Amino acid sequence: MRLLVSDLTHRYDDLTVLDGIDLALAEGEILAVIGPSGCGKSTLLGIAGGIVAPTAGSIRVEGEVPDGCLNPITFIFQDFALLPWRTVEDNVALVLEHHPLPAAERRERIEAGLRGMGLWEFRKALPKQLSGGMRQRVGIARALAVRPAMLLLDEPLSALDAQTRELLMDDFLELWRREKTTALYVTHNLDEALRLADRVCVLSRRPGRIREMVTIEEPRERRQEPSAQAHLAAVRERLWHLMKAEAQMADREIARA
Amino acid sequence: MPDSLPVNPLVNGVSAQPVRFRGGGFTVKRHPWAALAAFAALLAVWEGASRLGLASPLFLPPPSAVGRALAGMVTDGSLWLNLKASLGRIAVGWVLGTLGGMLVGFAMGIFSTARAVGVPLVSAFFPIPKIALLPLFILWFGIGEPSKFATIGFGVFFPTVIATCSAIDSVPRNLIRMAQSFGLPWRSILRSIVLPGALPGILAGFRITASIALILVVAAEMIGAEYGIGAFVLMAGNLMQTDTLLAGVLVLSLMGLAIGTVLSLLERRLLNWR
Ligand SMILES: Nc1ncnc2c1ncn2[C@@H]1O[C@H](COP(=O)(O)OP(=O)(O)OP(=O)(O)O)[C@@H](O)[C@H]1O
Ligand SMILES: [Mg+2]
Repeated sequence: MRLLVSDLTHRYDDLTVLDGIDLALAEGEILAVIGPSGCGKSTLLGIAGGIVAPTAGSIRVEGEVPDGCLNPITFIFQDFALLPWRTVEDNVALVLEHHPLPAAERRERIEAGLRGMGLWEFRKALPKQLSGGMRQRVGIARALAVRPAMLLLDEPLSALDAQTRELLMDDFLELWRREKTTALYVTHNLDEALRLADRVCVLSRRPGRIREMVTIEEPRERRQEPSAQAHLAAVRERLWHLMKAEAQMADREIARA
Repeated sequence: MPDSLPVNPLVNGVSAQPVRFRGGGFTVKRHPWAALAAFAALLAVWEGASRLGLASPLFLPPPSAVGRALAGMVTDGSLWLNLKASLGRIAVGWVLGTLGGMLVGFAMGIFSTARAVGVPLVSAFFPIPKIALLPLFILWFGIGEPSKFATIGFGVFFPTVIATCSAIDSVPRNLIRMAQSFGLPWRSILRSIVLPGALPGILAGFRITASIALILVVAAEMIGAEYGIGAFVLMAGNLMQTDTLLAGVLVLSLMGLAIGTVLSLLERRLLNWR
């Protein structure tokens, strides 16, 4: 599925957070969005997912919804957003409950999602019994159960420690190798952007405007190889330069306010 | 480098000292018997004071006399007769007040219009000491049971409204957004997220309303009832039977304890996910 954002502006009361955003996400593309805190990244994602109504501008999707897709645009959340009173499998089941599915398919979707994330043995556990990484895997399994055409990820690894982050990045890579799901991936972390994204969109400090679009030329599968490192280092340098300038100016504005 | 050199010069030097422990205190230690012992000591002192004539048995009868009075209540059937009356009133009044309160609380928690209308009304009625309305309820419903149900129900209603409404406010918004992002219909969100998410707050409200119901039933029974622990205690006082009076008070505190235990069990069953 493709995503087309044109001249998108958003205001909370009189605070303008997004200003004139134009974006096009190709089928199967993974676009990382980075930018200083408060520049409107989560707002952009909320608008793309239809849970925030934009002040002006339009956001459209194009393309076929694949067979068996129950929720074309699906979120993965920073805080996992699991129901603490439901077991792992019932958390996944939640998003299928309002769909008329044959019982066998329902079971099959839940099982496939949980097995894919290595959670099958933990299906009867409550979220409080799981580590942060496992909880986010439940969040991913839940998203996969609806066979999404597009994933919206809002800092999905920010609440996790560095090792867990590495492991989950591998899970994402594996996921994107299997299914060519289009994704909008918000992060603060350059490593995540450089490992996972095809392009990186750098937003300015609030009101968020697109500072720059940086394309990572190396294909995702080859980014661990030595030959890729020079290019990745150059991209990192460029991104860090942009981010640093924006973050410093945003900081100064907060100090002045 | 000579291999005789010590790894840590301090180990062999005169300056080697054990590190002094300084992390004690400021933690809660468990003393399972302390409460029991203090309780037993209190009873013993009370009993002793009475036996030694330090306290008049007429005004402060010893625990043994209170125990005998309680045993007497059991054998002559007055315990069950009065307990039944009080428990029945609490049950009916509390259930009515709770059902009504939850209904209104949910409406106020979910619909902005209901909240806009409800908040000022609840704020206006909440501070009224509900027992003051008993005479009015007696005029409306007569001296019998309905006026007592109404007093208890009314007393339970407002705290339930407030507890339910704020319990709904405390349901994490991110869970509701999550459900919306997966396209769950409004009714499913209510059933699967708002209701279970509000349950801890609602159950906490039960604790408060149960104690309100206990207070109100005693007060209502003292104002006008033939049977009931409140009437029983008042009657014993009028007859200067202080041992029977205290036995009635003991029954009341046991009732409070029993209700609290039931609520704890309920919380443990329903909120084991916390
Ligand atoms: N519902 C809301 N009402 C009013 N202001 C809001 C609301 N949500 C966000 N904001 C404000 O809008 C700005 C952008 O918020 P947003 O969450 O989109 O930023 P973000 O880029 O995701 O930040 P972060 O990196 O901290 O997650 C912030 O200043 C925030 O305080
Ligand atoms: Mg954010």
